[in-house]
Formats: sequence, structure tokens, C-alpha cells
Amino acid sequence: MLRPFTLHRPETADEACALLARLGEDSAAYAGGTELLLMMKLGLLRPRHLVDVKRIRGFGEIGLESHLGPRGPSPATAGGANSEGTRLTIGAAVTHRAVERSALVGARCPLVGSVARHVANVRVRNVGTVGGNLAFADPHSDLATLFLTLAASVELVSPRGRRELPLADFVRGPWETARASDELLAAVRLTPWAGDTAAAYVKFGVHERPTLAVAAALRLDGPVGAGRRGGDRIVDARVAVGCVGPKPERAAAAEACLRGASVADLEDAARAASDIAAAGVDPADDLYGSADYKREMVAVFVRRALGIAAARARGVAPATRFPHAVVA
Amino acid sequence: MTIHTVVNGRPHDLDVAPHALLLDVLRDTLDLKGAKRSCDTQVCGACTVLVDGLAVSACTYLAVEADGRSVLTVEGLAEGESLHPLQRAFVEAGAVQCGFCTAGMLLTAKAMLSEHDRPTRADVLHYLRGSLCRCTGYRKIVDAVLAAAETRS
Repeated sequence: MLRPFTLHRPETADEACALLARLGEDSAAYAGGTELLLMMKLGLLRPRHLVDVKRIRGFGEIGLESHLGPRGPSPATAGGANSEGTRLTIGAAVTHRAVERSALVGARCPLVGSVARHVANVRVRNVGTVGGNLAFADPHSDLATLFLTLAASVELVSPRGRRELPLADFVRGPWETARASDELLAAVRLTPWAGDTAAAYVKFGVHERPTLAVAAALRLDGPVGAGRRGGDRIVDARVAVGCVGPKPERAAAAEACLRGASVADLEDAARAASDIAAAGVDPADDLYGSADYKREMVAVFVRRALGIAAARARGVAPATRFPHAVVA
Repeated sequence: MTIHTVVNGRPHDLDVAPHALLLDVLRDTLDLKGAKRSCDTQVCGACTVLVDGLAVSACTYLAVEADGRSVLTVEGLAEGESLHPLQRAFVEAGAVQCGFCTAGMLLTAKAMLSEHDRPTRADVLHYLRGSLCRCTGYRKIVDAVLAAAETRS
């Protein structure tokens, strides 16, 4: 059962922000409700006003660069065939299902589409939104972990104007973000990886939300999937670990020890990187497992994610069947 | 708020509060008891209904969102005395044990079939992830969905 509230349905971001500014802590932005309504049922949140953001123009769109911005796509990035430098913008009210099915996401950030296919369950994916997922900052978010490897930033709008913030700074801790009470999360921007990148996302768990998640992206010195004629040396590595700590984090030290390694002979570097990543996480004992268990699992799954990315880099079918794990 | 919604093919103009959940409107206002309240957190699938063909958890879906849309519950699957092919397949495969999850399973499977012409076992498993059967009769449920898909093609 939900406590009574007034539902507002603004059609512009300005109107929505004015409502949030006026109603303050008594209000909450509402899109799919897959997180918000659960918190309200439990009485953890008791807003007397919900501001539905689904009717705001642009919030339900996926596009390139700043389709929500005042200037539209810049001439330097509009229509370019090369994805490098052109950011993908996903509106806050875009559902996981729409991300899964978007041809643009599939072309620019294919792993994002694959991961969207595995968020929660089909009912949540049909109504839950990207903006809601990020703004709630549940530590078990699939998207936040993956997006860290795509240099994600979020666009916030308020009566004071617009600002863009790196996702890593936006998410401050469990259910805590840098969003002010009169600000609205309008969109997330992702920077697609360069063409010579192989990647993997692996999550593990027996509950509805994952116990841990690892995103790994390896940029090579040549084409991926081309075997001996392709790239072999890792020129850039990105590894993000989610669900185990208070917020998802990049594992910079682990990334550093992967640079220069060969994907054909990655075992030693992957082992070192996974041990470093495990040492760097800040897990807590909870229903998902003890801190020690989670730390150990981080080592196991960083190694597995790197193994899958390396196999993809070489054009070899990776081993992807692990108990209680989902590979995207 | 007044909403106009079509439930199982029948149009309704309903006066609902903003905080009314679709599940309560279906069960208490329209007396359709097929969708069940169980986990109440979108985890189990017992309250699954289709809104414009998409599976949603009616327990965590505001009734006002159904304005201008069509809702299908398990009561709308059969045509008169003639069971839907999925229902027939469930009966024939013995895919119903206590029956609590069955309505949600059927509707989720219906949504899956509308997206896949020839679903594989993996397609069915992927789609039914998050639909829980505590009798753990999953194998027969998946068999039934595949059999219904086969009958159709």
C-alpha cells in the first residue's frame, strides 16, 4: 500500500524543476517507479508529491551528443561515421528495454545494449529507466558499474541552469548522489570505446540484485577479433567493480598493470590485476555474503571478465558458463 | 483521476487515486483475482499483467499509468470455453502445481511469444527469469511454453 500523494505531470524540464524547487523535500521525481515505489511502500520515503518526468521532451530519447542541450549536436560531431569523440546520450526516462532494443546503442555501445538485456527481470526492464537507476544510486546497479568504463557523465538541470558531472562524482555512496533537491537528472552521456576494443561484463549472484559485477574493456594496438593479423598488445584497459563496495569504482591500479600485456598470453597479468582489484575494494558483511567472501569473488570474477574480453579480442569463443553468473 | 483503460477487451472509465496500484484496481475494483500479490517488490512475477503487450508487475505500477492503454490479465486469455494455446500446453505438460505463479507465467510467456517466432529454450529461460515457482516446476513450465510455440508454428 502506498500513502496518498499528488501526481504532477510537467511537460518541460523547467516546469519540473520549478515544482521540485517549490515542493522541496516533500517531492520526488518519478519515472518507472521500480525503485521509488518500493521505497515508498516500505515507508522509507514519504513524498507527498511525485513529479512524473516521462512527458518531458527529450527525456525518452536516445541520440548522439547533446540532443537535449540548447545548441543541439555540434557541427564537429553531427553525422560523422566515426564514433570516436561522439558521445551517446540516453535520456533519463529511457527504459532498460528501449536501451536493449536501440539500434543506435547497438552500433555505438553494443555492450550497453547487452547489459540492459540482463538488468533485473523483464517487468523491471519494461518500465524501469536509466535515469531512475542512476539517480537512486543503489550500489547493486548494473548500469553504473558498466558506465564507469565509458567515461559517463550525467546532465543535471535546475532553475539555476544545466551542469554536467562525471558519473564517478555524481554517485557518492549507497543511495546518495550529488543531485540537489531541485535538480533533475536529464540524461547520461557515454563515450563509446575506440573500435579496437574488446569488452565483457560479468555479474554474479543468487539474489534478485547481483552480489558483484565486473566490467572490463581492453583497447588493443590493432583490430579485435582478427586473430594473428589483429591487435595483441593492450594499450588501454578499463576495469570497474560494482555491488561489493559503497559505490561502483574503477580499479585504476589493476588497469595500470594490464597496459602493455598481450591478450594472447594474459594469464599472469590478469591474475595480478584481479588480485590488485580485490585488494582495492571496500566490501561490507551483509546478506549478499561476508566481506572476505566478496573480496575473494572479486578476484575470481575480474580474472574471468578479463579472460572473456581477451578471448573476444582474439576472436576466440570465450568460456562464459559460470554458476550463478550472467555474462554480457 | 479518471482513466480510460481497456481491460481484457472491455473498455472502462475508472476513477482512481494517484497512489492506487494497478494490482488493487484489478483485484478489488474489477474483481479480477488472477494477478496475485506475493513479494510486492517486482521480484516474483505473481502479479504480472500485460500493458499494451508488455509484461509489468501490477504490484508496483500506478493504475494511472494504464490510462489510454490496454491491460491483459489471465482472465482475458481464453476465448469463452476455449483455452489459449499456452493454457492448453500448461495443462498437457502438467506445468501447473499449486497454481499461484501460473497466471504470471502464462502472461510472461505470451509476451515472449509475441517477440519470438521460434523461441529457443534459452529464449524462454531468459524471459522467465524473475518469474518464480516455489513448487520449482520450472522444467515443465518451459516445456509447455516451447510446446505452445511449436503448436503455433
